[in-house]
Amino acid sequence: MRIRTRAGVWLLYALVAFVFVYPLWTVVATAFSKQQAKLGALMNVPHGITGANVSQAWHLGVARGLLNSLIVVAVGLTLQLTVSSLAAYALARKRFKGAGLVMLAILATMMMPEEVIAVPLFQVLGKIHQPFTGGTLVNSYGGLILPLVGWALPVYVLTGFMKRVPLELEEAARIDGAGDFRIFWRIVLPVCRPALGTCAVFGFLMIWDQYLLPLLVSQSPKMDTLTVVVTSLQASQEQGEGVRLAAVLILAVPGVLVYLALQRLFERGLLSGSLKG
Amino acid sequence: MTARLYRSAQARTPATADGLLSGRRRPGGGPPAKPFWRRLGPWLYLAPLLAFIGVFKVWPTIWGVYLSFFHVRPYLGNQYVGSANYSKLFSDPDLRTAVVHTLIDAVCAVSGSIFVGFWLAVLLQGPARHIRILRTAVFLPTVIAMVAAAELWTTLLYPSQYGSVNTLLGKVGLGPEPFFSSPHSALASVILMQIWKNAPYDMVIFVAGLASVDREMYEACHIDGANWWQRLRFVTLPSLRPITTIVLVLGVIRGLRVFTDIWVSTNGGPAGSSESVVTYLYRQFSENNDTGYAAAIGTVLLVVTMGLTCLMLLWRRRGDT
Repeated sequence: MRIRTRAGVWLLYALVAFVFVYPLWTVVATAFSKQQAKLGALMNVPHGITGANVSQAWHLGVARGLLNSLIVVAVGLTLQLTVSSLAAYALARKRFKGAGLVMLAILATMMMPEEVIAVPLFQVLGKIHQPFTGGTLVNSYGGLILPLVGWALPVYVLTGFMKRVPLELEEAARIDGAGDFRIFWRIVLPVCRPALGTCAVFGFLMIWDQYLLPLLVSQSPKMDTLTVVVTSLQASQEQGEGVRLAAVLILAVPGVLVYLALQRLFERGLLSGSLKG
Repeated sequence: MTARLYRSAQARTPATADGLLSGRRRPGGGPPAKPFWRRLGPWLYLAPLLAFIGVFKVWPTIWGVYLSFFHVRPYLGNQYVGSANYSKLFSDPDLRTAVVHTLIDAVCAVSGSIFVGFWLAVLLQGPARHIRILRTAVFLPTVIAMVAAAELWTTLLYPSQYGSVNTLLGKVGLGPEPFFSSPHSALASVILMQIWKNAPYDMVIFVAGLASVDREMYEACHIDGANWWQRLRFVTLPSLRPITTIVLVLGVIRGLRVFTDIWVSTNGGPAGSSESVVTYLYRQFSENNDTGYAAAIGTVLLVVTMGLTCLMLLWRRRGDT
């Protein structure tokens, strides 16, 4: 009886792995297969290994898309974390009139679905002119990045974390004559490293996942991010699925890597976010 | 008012070094009078965030409400049409269908994810090494971009006999099914894909929830001779109910704005059979050039979303006390 239960459990493990992980493997297998799969078919093992699909996808716009996505995520995430930690410092450490109101306003933007305001946002971007080029934010990196900077989640996470940093640290520095910003930069921020890590993972995935915003903002293949490039690639009879799935693979890999590298921080953030609401 | 705000702020955070060292106390114990630049301090830290939110969230929201009263014509100037967009909205049969699809999708995908996620958690809970590795692997669908998942699923569910899922179905004598390409199964296929992508997320929440169930209750079950099903039914499920409700309600509210999943996998079709509110909104903008109407749909959806969220917050606050 006991052995039969054990075997049953392992069978369930296998089933779960098959449903949730195996499809991802077939993408890898098909993308690197030399022999082309039939249209719509995926491969269990690659038939001969080749990088041809990847390089062909690379030349069909994936290179440019990847570059744009990396630029957007690097600049966007840096700005997002900077702006959020500055605001969180004020909200967690300062007493001032209107603090509660500001927190409420920030949380209200959390409920504001970005998809719903996308169309008017696009028009607003068309009204804002850039300082040097003179063009609007439409079809520019500014338009792809700036709307993603003000995000309530990292503000919320960092404020919660900073409130729990012991005040003694700050007091000691203040007695030593450190100014406000110095305390923030040298004392509070380094202590918040785990929370910053959590915010970085969520921010990365949120920015990497963007689809509607670049769909609206980008007006030329030069400004397409990777998500837009991937949806524009079509499978064709002669190429099979290989090229398209190679592009899908390149889109999927960064998220997986970031998650695997910072898994612990990610799960902690996920739980604090959902359990506390 | 000022004093009340001050006191509530004080109740939340203990007196800071700031207040203790630099604040001169007014006679009568009121709030310390701070020099102007000290009062400005917090706002300097908040300014960048407020600027970004103001320009890229608040302005578009107000602009959207404004646009919803206009017939938007590029180069010709916008024409004020009063509430025409809104009256169109309430009598538009296509929009009504989209609303129904969105509700079906949100409720089914979210409750399906919770159901699958719960059983995944029951199967994959615990600290053992091989289980941890499997849990990490199973979580992968949630961290890949939605676009990648949707592209993968259009291949998995390819409607010919060569499609992966159809090959499997063929082995047991079923199919081939049309999945995304038939009006009867397009929405169901989208839901299936969303469950695959979101169930592992719920799994992690439930694994933590299961770990926090009171161990003594399990011991009591053991002493009372309850079998595993009774234990699950009468101990585990009731302890998980609060988390489940939150995940469900938040998920459904989030689900109302589904776009990418549908746009990439079915594009709302075939024949509008999987059109959601936001894909319909985007189509009004991008294909029908009816920006005013799109803005009106967006405004109503925004009001509904925020209303539901506020209701949930109120209801939770009542539940807490």
